[in-house]
Amino acid sequence: MNVRLTKFLLGLGAPLLALALAFGITSLVLIAAGDPVGEVWSTLISWPEQRNQVNIINNAMVLFFSALAVSIGFRMNLFNIGVDGQYRVAVFAAAVVAGEAWLPGYLNTALAIVAAMVAGALWAGFAGLLKATRGVSEVIATIMLNFIATSLVAFLLAKLAVREQGSNIIGTKLIPEGSRIGGFSIGDAPAQVYGFIVFSVLAGLAYWFVLNKTRFGFDLRATGASSTAAVASGVSVKRMTILTMMASGAIAGLVGLPILFGSAYNYGSTFQSGLGFAGIAIALLGRNHPVGIALGALLFAYLDEQSNPLQILVGVSPDIVAITQGVIVLTVVVSYEIVRRYGVKLEQRRVAAELEAMRTTSKQTEEVAR
Amino acid sequence: MGRTTKFAAAAAASILVLTGCGSNSDDGDSGNGGGGGGDGSGSDVKVGLAYDVGGRGDQSFNDSAAAGLDQAIEEYGVESSESEAEDGEAETAREERLRTFAEAGFDPIVAVGFAYSSAVGVVAAEYPEVHFAIIDDSANELDNVSNLVFAEEQGSFLVGAAAALKSETGTVGFVGGVETPLIQKFEAGYVAGAEAVNPDIEVDVTYLTQVPDFSGFADPARGKTAAQGMFDGGADIVYHAAGGSGGGVFEAAAESDNLAIGVDSDQYNTADPSVQDVIFTSMLKNVDVAVYTFLTEFVENDGEVEPGTTTYDLSVDGVGYSTANEALIGEFETQLDEFKQQIIDGEITVPDAP
Repeated sequence: MNVRLTKFLLGLGAPLLALALAFGITSLVLIAAGDPVGEVWSTLISWPEQRNQVNIINNAMVLFFSALAVSIGFRMNLFNIGVDGQYRVAVFAAAVVAGEAWLPGYLNTALAIVAAMVAGALWAGFAGLLKATRGVSEVIATIMLNFIATSLVAFLLAKLAVREQGSNIIGTKLIPEGSRIGGFSIGDAPAQVYGFIVFSVLAGLAYWFVLNKTRFGFDLRATGASSTAAVASGVSVKRMTILTMMASGAIAGLVGLPILFGSAYNYGSTFQSGLGFAGIAIALLGRNHPVGIALGALLFAYLDEQSNPLQILVGVSPDIVAITQGVIVLTVVVSYEIVRRYGVKLEQRRVAAELEAMRTTSKQTEEVAR
Repeated sequence: MGRTTKFAAAAAASILVLTGCGSNSDDGDSGNGGGGGGDGSGSDVKVGLAYDVGGRGDQSFNDSAAAGLDQAIEEYGVESSESEAEDGEAETAREERLRTFAEAGFDPIVAVGFAYSSAVGVVAAEYPEVHFAIIDDSANELDNVSNLVFAEEQGSFLVGAAAALKSETGTVGFVGGVETPLIQKFEAGYVAGAEAVNPDIEVDVTYLTQVPDFSGFADPARGKTAAQGMFDGGADIVYHAAGGSGGGVFEAAAESDNLAIGVDSDQYNTADPSVQDVIFTSMLKNVDVAVYTFLTEFVENDGEVEPGTTTYDLSVDGVGYSTANEALIGEFETQLDEFKQQIIDGEITVPDAP
């Protein structure tokens, strides 16, 4: 068969296999839990309303940054589990800077974005520095830094926070209106798509360009593939470790910003948390490619959005919704692996067959020559 | 023992699965009927209840709200649907939860917990004809929002006084789940109550986590460590306002032969029997009363409710202390009821911030 066609079919096979597996396993879980299978699926795959579309895009935007940050590390075999802490420190820094409004209008916004990226980069940089100079595993260092970040931000929030009358929520000062980033509407939905989406697209393009078209990106991928080979060809692995962690942290610094500038306008006790860990799953789903990550983020945001209708309209417990998400991630990872192995086997068979054919033809020619 | 438990679990699981399969088609049918909505038989009131993290079954705050709803279902036959929050979810997810209820024709919609504060503000403005109630928050001043808040400091004052009356060491403790203004109200009342009885009393105060880390409400291990530290330091009674973490406080009290004070519901009746004896009393925060009262008003007045803030305090039994552990609390009841009357009469003003 045509090699290209095989590759195309294999590429298509993985997601299809994943969907079929996820469909089957989730249905079994639903039957076991005694939930109405048909209704769950018809709710789950119904086309979202405009207001839900807005939420899905907004949520995906946030998850996209998180996954992008994780995947930079993945490309160099660095497991940055610390996105959670990095984005928390960063969004807090941005909220304080933007809330204080030292500069007018969008200059203030720009300063806050830079502050967030620097804060994220420095926070991740600690872990990189520890790894490069002392050989501390970045997994341990980033997890510990997550805890420190949570406590540090909580401590600072308690110091700086203002509290609205009658409310039990505390938060930083509101960002002045001139520094907020507007959005655009889909139809007549009440909420708007965050204008920050522009930065998501730019970040995705920059990620692709830097990794594939620059010396830095080559060094990064080379170190990830084999650090000994990279050293042999003159790459400073220590320097790359620190720089990569800082780049990952800088992107992580953007995670909370769409929410900060688009809807929350301050950082407080109910700011969305746990975004760093979803990013790990999405980076795996998207196979470290910006387009794949964007699709993975959309899928996650879509499933999150369907949680409420499933609970309210169908009466399914939220745990079942969480199980569905877990099943989908697992089946995607597993089916990619199955398809990859099958592809390798096909390749081996093809090569073996060609070799066999060559051997017989060469034997024949030998015989003919005799 | 181990084997029988396992067998029982397996049997129970298989029964659940079997009944699940059996009732499957029924669920589907009734779901279809209900999902369409509108052609209501029985009471035509459809209540949407949005829980905070933990949802129905948390043996604390959310369960209390659920009890209020259950009572209304029994009494008035209202229809209902429930949905619970995820830990650390987006603001838009909270808004969307309320919006989904409103779109599906639920009215009134009850939001449990102050985390819904801004979400209720946003969605109530979008659906002015739907009624909303929010518990533990009074920031919204819309015509279709009822704020149901509690005077936790008053109930905490009474258990603080009880602790000081009972304490032999002159040191008592307070374990807060998460350091928020809401939990600080509990602390302030408790300290004031203890000092009203014994001005020289020492009150150890600690919080398990800081916002936005809300795990302090669901971490018994951490609660146990914190309480152990206080008992080791000479305290003999520890009051917890830490939701699910309180189980650890009770364990620490049982192991060191000291006493603990429960919170929200009457924990003497709901806690594990092995720690029941150490639960001296509980600060009752009757969320169920608030939810039930709100729903009653709604049903009886054909959907007309008074907007604005209702404070459930000692005078309406919105908060209080439990006398379930008669053997221990019995001797102090007269003194505590005197304090209660003084607070109701305004002779004592309880601070609501430390």
